[in-house]
Amino acid sequence: MKRGSGIGDQESGIGDPGSSYVGAGFSRPYSPTLLIPIFAIAIVTLLSPALLGQQGLRRTPGAVYDIDFPGKKSGPPPRRDISGIWEFANGGGEGIQADGAKAMPSDGKPEHELPFTPEGRKAFQANKPTFGFTQVPSALTNDPMPGCDPQGFPRIVLHNAHHEQIIQTATQVVILYQFNKKWRSIWTDGRKLPSNPEVPAWDIKGSPPAEARFWGYSVGRWVDDYTFVADSNGFDDRSWLDNAGRPHSDALHVIETYHRVDADHLVKTITIDDPKYYTRPWVALDKLPYRLQSPSLEIPEQECVPSETAKYNQLFANPAAK
Amino acid sequence: MKRMLVAVASGVALLSVSLAAHHATAVFDLGKRLTLTGTVTEWFWANPHCLLRFDVKNDSGEMMHWVAETQAPPNMTPFGWSKQSFAVGDQVTVILEPVKNGQPLGRILQVKLPDGKTLVAGAPAIPAGGAQQ
Repeated sequence: MKRGSGIGDQESGIGDPGSSYVGAGFSRPYSPTLLIPIFAIAIVTLLSPALLGQQGLRRTPGAVYDIDFPGKKSGPPPRRDISGIWEFANGGGEGIQADGAKAMPSDGKPEHELPFTPEGRKAFQANKPTFGFTQVPSALTNDPMPGCDPQGFPRIVLHNAHHEQIIQTATQVVILYQFNKKWRSIWTDGRKLPSNPEVPAWDIKGSPPAEARFWGYSVGRWVDDYTFVADSNGFDDRSWLDNAGRPHSDALHVIETYHRVDADHLVKTITIDDPKYYTRPWVALDKLPYRLQSPSLEIPEQECVPSETAKYNQLFANPAAK
Repeated sequence: MKRMLVAVASGVALLSVSLAAHHATAVFDLGKRLTLTGTVTEWFWANPHCLLRFDVKNDSGEMMHWVAETQAPPNMTPFGWSKQSFAVGDQVTVILEPVKNGQPLGRILQVKLPDGKTLVAGAPAIPAGGAQQ
């Protein structure tokens, strides 16, 4: 199958963000030879661990991050256990994927081109995101999220991801997500995924009628004592994969891999497999590290509120796009 | 020395632009900065963005009503912002990046409060609609 030509050929109308800089108050030109070392000092200073701890690292009150434990080695991983409250090991900002899936952002770079099928490219071109290489002003978007339509899976972890609490029972791995207080059940009782993802249903007597879902159908298994793999299908194709408008079809199959590295860390990988829209599977999250938190950590509330969104659109988004 | 300090400041400003460039950049006049002093009329602590509304008297004495956004509450609290950050009537000095179309709208970079403290919108890019997100 022919590989798609990528997102670089989309009409975006977006120029180089850095090219329009107007330094307010700077009226005199300065020598580049003077600026280069000064820029270097400024950048190194801003990126220093101390400052990252205060500014660049987004902290949830009560949460801990790897930067809080310099040089400390974690203990061995527990066997077949990924339960607990998890936060991004390198700061809350790690989950923010404004321009699309972290491992494949929509930035116009050739290495981030997605392997669209013709049908997938057509679906991508129909989506009008407010971020990424094909972004449009907020008032012109057809992103389902600003109206508080369901984010669904996997966008819940490929857009503005936050804490997760994982609960393991005898038959499920349950993941609780901060945004909109959503959850998913990954069944570990041996059931099989729906065989027809376009008309999905559990092959279990007494199950609800066949229907595509925003959160799909999920089953999981331990592939070794420290690696849990979940497969999901049966998705409602109205949701987007990420904040950059990457689409998925009703044939979407998502593979999640959770690897317990040590006592304090879990890394997550998400692979998108959608033969209708993509010529081959692609990795959307690549070993993103999480750190185990105190069991008493309070996860913040974060809700999409339609009335607040309407007020924002009225006061800001609509007049800004005129 | 003064020249060097100004150059350092410009370097920091440029870096901050690159850090902020993830945000819905289509409507903003990227890199432009305005410093406005005015009176708070509303602090809307909400999704997908918080809004600070404030009145500013321009050079000709005309009162302008500004609306400036921040990210969603969970993305602001780590940087010291809260629902109680502003009260109606507070005198504040806002540094913002305005929108391109000339409307009195922008996104907040920092606000100096009546007590002299400064709140910085330090969160890295958070999506719009999704920002609630």
